[in-house]
Amino acid sequence: MLRAEDVAIWRGDRCLFESLNFELKSGQLALLVGPNGAGKTSLLRVLAGLASPTAGRVLWQGTPVDALPPELRGAIAYRGHLDGLKKDLTVAENLHFYAAIWGGSADLSLLPELKLEAQTHTRARYLSAGQRRRAALVSLRVVASRLWILDEPMTNLDTDGRATVVRWTAQHLASGGCAIVATHQPQEFERPGALVIEL
Amino acid sequence: MKRAFVAILQRDLQIAFRRVSELANPLLFFIIVASLFPLAVSPDSEHLRSIGSGVLWVVALLSSLLALEGLFRADAEDGSLEQLMLSPVPLGVAVLAKVTAHWLVTIVPLVVLTPVLALSFSLPVGVLPVMAFALLLATPTLSVLVALGAALTLGLRRGGAIVGLLVLPLTAPLLIFGTRAIDLGLYGESAVAPLYLLAALAALAVSLGPVAIAAALRVGVE
Repeated sequence: MLRAEDVAIWRGDRCLFESLNFELKSGQLALLVGPNGAGKTSLLRVLAGLASPTAGRVLWQGTPVDALPPELRGAIAYRGHLDGLKKDLTVAENLHFYAAIWGGSADLSLLPELKLEAQTHTRARYLSAGQRRRAALVSLRVVASRLWILDEPMTNLDTDGRATVVRWTAQHLASGGCAIVATHQPQEFERPGALVIEL
Repeated sequence: MKRAFVAILQRDLQIAFRRVSELANPLLFFIIVASLFPLAVSPDSEHLRSIGSGVLWVVALLSSLLALEGLFRADAEDGSLEQLMLSPVPLGVAVLAKVTAHWLVTIVPLVVLTPVLALSFSLPVGVLPVMAFALLLATPTLSVLVALGAALTLGLRRGGAIVGLLVLPLTAPLLIFGTRAIDLGLYGESAVAPLYLLAALAALAVSLGPVAIAAALRVGVE
């Protein structure tokens, strides 16, 4: 579904990596590991179509990701270091916004699973960093994309939140989706057939 | 696409009304600067009438600049801009919705207020409808221009002053046609020609502007 061909990324005059090739199939998980500054975030932004690689190309079902037609673009969801929540809107309002833009309806019944039900009508401004990350994860479920691109999703999460991320990812893969996750704890996602990309 | 446009418009209006203080800043700036002129220049009504339309136009330009130069900054900082880019909604449509929302909450009050301020410059009441109409036609173009400046300077830490340098020279046609309309009104002549030109510029800006802004945003986020 997702294929990277000879991808290279340069930052200024420094090469982060070159000739990276991989292919992600339906139901498959890819774990992106590497030290700080190795280019994990840069690669994920390229895979999401937010940035262009210095060389090579990334294809989603045969189409370059930075030239996807609008109806295919919704198939790729990216959650990076920023939570993508408006601080002056409540959690529910943020989720309804995602639903309105991506099409579909905001399933607020997911909130208890992440212990956010008490914060449903709290403005995102008053949430803790961990709670904001949890809300961002719920928004990921709202948009129902095929490919999840997650940049260190465990940041700020407690044990319970981490377990939910792992469980949700497993469910997502089981339903035919695929995911690429940058993480410093690949053992948490331990899964047969997972592709490990080392930068 | 219409649903998404409405959703973004609604969201930005909702956020704006929850941050009323930020909303009021450009408006207060407009009132204060415009009221300083009669104090600084001369209270002579003949004199004020001759500079009135020019002063109000320039101050309106500066207030719009103040109101919209940070249009995309909050969205870029909290990540909702990159989410909009990845969404199935064409970025141009999202941009148009955002500009429309900010035009409604920051610029329209300014247009409503201008005739009131015009009275303090002893402009005759008969010219006020022309003035309001000219501003109503010119401000969409102005908003698009400032939004383009805001998008181009997204990557810079202190973009405000540079937006002014980029955008203000481009606003010259608006200023020329806008003040011309009022002058014609003052002489009791038909102001239709400059108003048509302002309307043409608005049509051009609203149709092509969002595409340019979207392209600038893509560069800025990368």
